[in-house]
Amino acid sequence: MKHGDLDSSLLRPDKKLDIHMAVDGADMSCTACHTTVNHRISGRYYTEPAPAKRELALPKDDGNRLACESCHGTRPHRKTAKLNDHADTVACQTCHIPHFARGGVPTKMWWDWSTAGRFAADGKMIVEKDERGMVTYHTMKGGMAWEEHVAPVYAWYDGRMSYVDLADTIDPATVVELNRPGGAYGDGSARIFPFKYYTGRQVYDAGDNQLVIPKLFGPKGSGAFWGGYDWQRAVEVGMAEAEEKFSGRIGFVDTAMYWPITHMVAPAQDALDCDACHAKEGRLAQLTGFYLPGRDRSPLVDRIGWLVVLATVIGVLIHGGGRWYAARRRGRR
Amino acid sequence: MNGHKLKMYARFERFWHWLQALLIIVLLYTGFVLHGTLPLMPFGAAHEVHLTAGIALLVLTAFAVFWHATTGQWRQYVPTAAGFPRVVRHYLVGIFRGEPHPFHKVPEAKLNPLQRLAYLSLKVALLPLVLVTGALLYGAPWLQARGFAVPFGGTAILHTAAAFAMLAFLIIHSYLTTTGGTVWSYTKAMITGWEEVDH
Repeated sequence: MKHGDLDSSLLRPDKKLDIHMAVDGADMSCTACHTTVNHRISGRYYTEPAPAKRELALPKDDGNRLACESCHGTRPHRKTAKLNDHADTVACQTCHIPHFARGGVPTKMWWDWSTAGRFAADGKMIVEKDERGMVTYHTMKGGMAWEEHVAPVYAWYDGRMSYVDLADTIDPATVVELNRPGGAYGDGSARIFPFKYYTGRQVYDAGDNQLVIPKLFGPKGSGAFWGGYDWQRAVEVGMAEAEEKFSGRIGFVDTAMYWPITHMVAPAQDALDCDACHAKEGRLAQLTGFYLPGRDRSPLVDRIGWLVVLATVIGVLIHGGGRWYAARRRGRR
Repeated sequence: MNGHKLKMYARFERFWHWLQALLIIVLLYTGFVLHGTLPLMPFGAAHEVHLTAGIALLVLTAFAVFWHATTGQWRQYVPTAAGFPRVVRHYLVGIFRGEPHPFHKVPEAKLNPLQRLAYLSLKVALLPLVLVTGALLYGAPWLQARGFAVPFGGTAILHTAAAFAMLAFLIIHSYLTTTGGTVWSYTKAMITGWEEVDH
């Protein structure tokens, strides 16, 4: 539910949801890709790329089977070879996971901690649910929004993530992106990758413009948020316990996180079409800085070009019309 | 007009002309789909047709270069100043007065000075520009993987500019085919190879 591409629907998925794990198909389990060598389970990562290398691992099988390329190789498209030219710049997941949360289980897209701590008139906790039964407000957690069948956002990504630390200064006037995919267009290793863009609103140090560690759970009187529902107190206690400095003034800031999407690989026929990105308002509309055919153009060349074509048509019409008129006059004479 | 006919266009020449025309129209259409101008076709299909037609045009051009070189027909395109002003004057003035064309077409010299200039520019500048930039766009990932820097955006914009020039050429060229004895006489000549001349 949190990830969007990993939820209980993957316990018994059909082919449309996950071509690899489908119970009526390959029926692969997690460990088919998440192999373990010397007690090291491949895949779990914070800053380093999960698949250390992107190359065919079969049939020699060194236990590194995490990347799509481990089994499919680096030129996997047989029918349309041009697609293989995309492999250097577009991750497999980008086209082959057109949407996440496709299995009927909604994923949380927004979490507003700032409204947590409201109680009903009778002093009881408030729990509100939407028509699917998903909690949209809970006294302990605040407001939440859920979505299914979500189109990812896309970013250049080399497998490395950078994170905002406690010591970093944030700009509360903007949406603070708590993590950023590393890499950029043309750096040789980054590819366009799909992400769940998970947004929220959370408490921060409004005096120093820094993130904070609130104490969340603990008994009544401990200062924990779930013990007294006082954010000010929860941050004071939390920061003191973490031995971090706190200005004493709290606020709430909009935040966002990039969650890499890599599960729920769809069958080939459900992969994105070219038009999904090669279009003016396509999925990559926000990803600028490079020329994408179908999306980009030189407005100057286009304007001059159409003017020349228009002038040509008008010139031809005038010349042809003149000939026709002159011929008619000659004919009358 | 004394109605005598000359074999003006060889079989290969006519085949080359019409196939080239078809390919250029297909390339312009699919090209403007890829450019995002015409949304009437899926991008993937347009790309496949554009690529196939582009390769076909490249091969056809190679045959045409060979044909022109071996038959000596390339001489038809050597520019000349002789009679140039008279031909320009004809299209600006004489044509409206019903005057006969000042240039006398024979199989050995079938292009008037204006045509020589136009077709020479097309063949040594515009067509190579379109073909080379097109090939570069297709080969860019392959070249980049081998360490050659291909300015993809710049090449694409140049390719687009050449396409506009090609479209303008196509419009003018199609219009000028109507300036023969009758509206269709030049077109018929390019189909049958035989052209009625007045000398």
